[in-house]
Amino acid sequence: MDTILELRDVQKHFRRPDGVVRAVEGVSLRIGAGEFVAVQGPSGSGKTTLLMAAGVLMQPDSGAVVIAGEEPYKLSSEQRAGFRAAHIGFVFQQFHLVHYLNVLDNVLTAALALPAADAKERAHELIKRFGLANRAGHVPSELSTGERQRVALARALLNRPKLLLADEPTGNLDEENGRLVLDCLAGFAKEGGAVLLVTHDPKAAQVSHRALRMENGRLAAS
Amino acid sequence: MNIGRLIIREILFRKLSFALGVLSVLAAVGCLVGALASLRNHDRRTEQIIAAKQAETQEKMELLADDYRRITLKLGFNVLILPKDQKLSDLYADDYASKYMPEEYATRLAKSRVATINHILPSLQQKVKWPETGRTILLMGVRGEVYMRGAGQKPMLEPVQAGKIVLGSELHQSLKLKVGDKTRLMGHEFTVAKLNDERGTKDDITAWINLAEAQAMLGKAGQINGILALDCTCADARLPLIRAEIEKILPDTQVIEFASQAIARAETRNRASAEAVATIEREKQGRARLRSEREAFAAVLVPLVVLGCAVWIGFLALANVRERRGEIGVLRALGVRARQILWLFLGRAMVMGVVGTCLGYASGQAAIAGAEFNAPLLAAVLVGAPLLAALASWVPALLAAQQDPADILRQE
Repeated sequence: MDTILELRDVQKHFRRPDGVVRAVEGVSLRIGAGEFVAVQGPSGSGKTTLLMAAGVLMQPDSGAVVIAGEEPYKLSSEQRAGFRAAHIGFVFQQFHLVHYLNVLDNVLTAALALPAADAKERAHELIKRFGLANRAGHVPSELSTGERQRVALARALLNRPKLLLADEPTGNLDEENGRLVLDCLAGFAKEGGAVLLVTHDPKAAQVSHRALRMENGRLAAS
Repeated sequence: MNIGRLIIREILFRKLSFALGVLSVLAAVGCLVGALASLRNHDRRTEQIIAAKQAETQEKMELLADDYRRITLKLGFNVLILPKDQKLSDLYADDYASKYMPEEYATRLAKSRVATINHILPSLQQKVKWPETGRTILLMGVRGEVYMRGAGQKPMLEPVQAGKIVLGSELHQSLKLKVGDKTRLMGHEFTVAKLNDERGTKDDITAWINLAEAQAMLGKAGQINGILALDCTCADARLPLIRAEIEKILPDTQVIEFASQAIARAETRNRASAEAVATIEREKQGRARLRSEREAFAAVLVPLVVLGCAVWIGFLALANVRERRGEIGVLRALGVRARQILWLFLGRAMVMGVVGTCLGYASGQAAIAGAEFNAPLLAAVLVGAPLLAALASWVPALLAAQQDPADILRQE
């Protein structure tokens, strides 16, 4: 099994007026192609920071992040952006859709970073796959929360990433929609992608191949 | 999907913010275009006023020149053409020329269309005894002017018809003669046709009769002893020019000038011409002063308005960046480059600049009555205003591009 994501002794601290917050403390983790890993933990345990570091959005203070055999933090800022576009898909709890774009255009925002000739075709395909075909022309305010998260999923998958990072994707969803999203993540892993999910949701851990627990910035088997 | 499409969608979504920016560009461009159109209008109006003033002055000058002509004509002829062999000492001693030349000279001179003189009057003048009254008088035979410019030319001296006599003031007063009286001169009977007013010259003891009758009475058939003329252009050093010209046509003559009349005539005309030039110059200076004031006002107003609008656009851009913080964060997370984010905001400002420029140009033109379409100015503001709008948005756009997506996503 090819390794898609590898974290080697990653550490990230934040300096606050009241002291140093050790958000991630010597975390090592390896996720292979086709693997779905869930990280659970209480709020403030460092899950999101870990996800940001893995997603090439926040440079660790020390340690290494290797994605698809490359160390993206050795690249320039602009090159890292290109790397994210090519290799990583993000799904957030708050969806982060662009208010003024309809479903199709929201999905296509991923193509801004990595233009492709078949982007529109692929967007339509994903929209159909997530049951949003009749909502393609609607803006986010006209969608249900479940539909919004599915749009975010479609956007995350547009550029055919190798790694999908999901931050509490079911946090704002009802059970049915939560299940749908988890199934999608599992489906992505099944197709050969790697998924790192950080969540409070115990059901999410059940769907994953491997569940880890994070407390005080440290990772342990669940 | 591309940045352009994203810009347009965002503009359509946040219409008010965009409209406020457009309004700002409109105000700046409108102010600039209006100020320039106003100055151009001023220039055009100045040209019209000066042209009208020149035409009016020209017309007045013609009337004035005519008045001067009539006034100066009263000074009489100022050029006298004499036979070449006439001694001037004799002329001044006797008050008339003792040498003669053919009457045909006057016609030849008129036909040659000389440029330096006007009004040609052939004359035969002699001091004679008026036997019937016992007086010594100057007898002047004149036939009227030989026209140089056709019969329409107004004569300075009316011809004296055969059998008629015109008398100087001293003569008619001392002899108590009136118009219509009969009088005899050297055996010939004449009817008094006109009585001249006192002139204080030898004209007061002169009797004018028809040239042919004078020639017969004095035994000088076909002969004259002077051609009186009037110089026409009044330029300085005119006498040499007159002499040179007449010498070519009538080589055996000489020319003398009655200096005082000539100078008076020249000075009045020059004075009138100078006054006309000064009037137009005063008008030009007045208009130039007004333009300078307007220009100075525009030079303060336009930069102030442009600066104010630029600051306003900058604040609008900053507000737009703050409002779209989450969008920037997610786009950056998706891999959109910082320079693309920069262009997202600069492009928006430029679209705002183009729309604002078109509306501002139209408004500026509409605000100034009679403003003409100015393609180079439109092209200049179409390039300049969007660039200025982009420049005003530069700092907010740069802030947007430099935002850390991780920070945004953690906080949102």
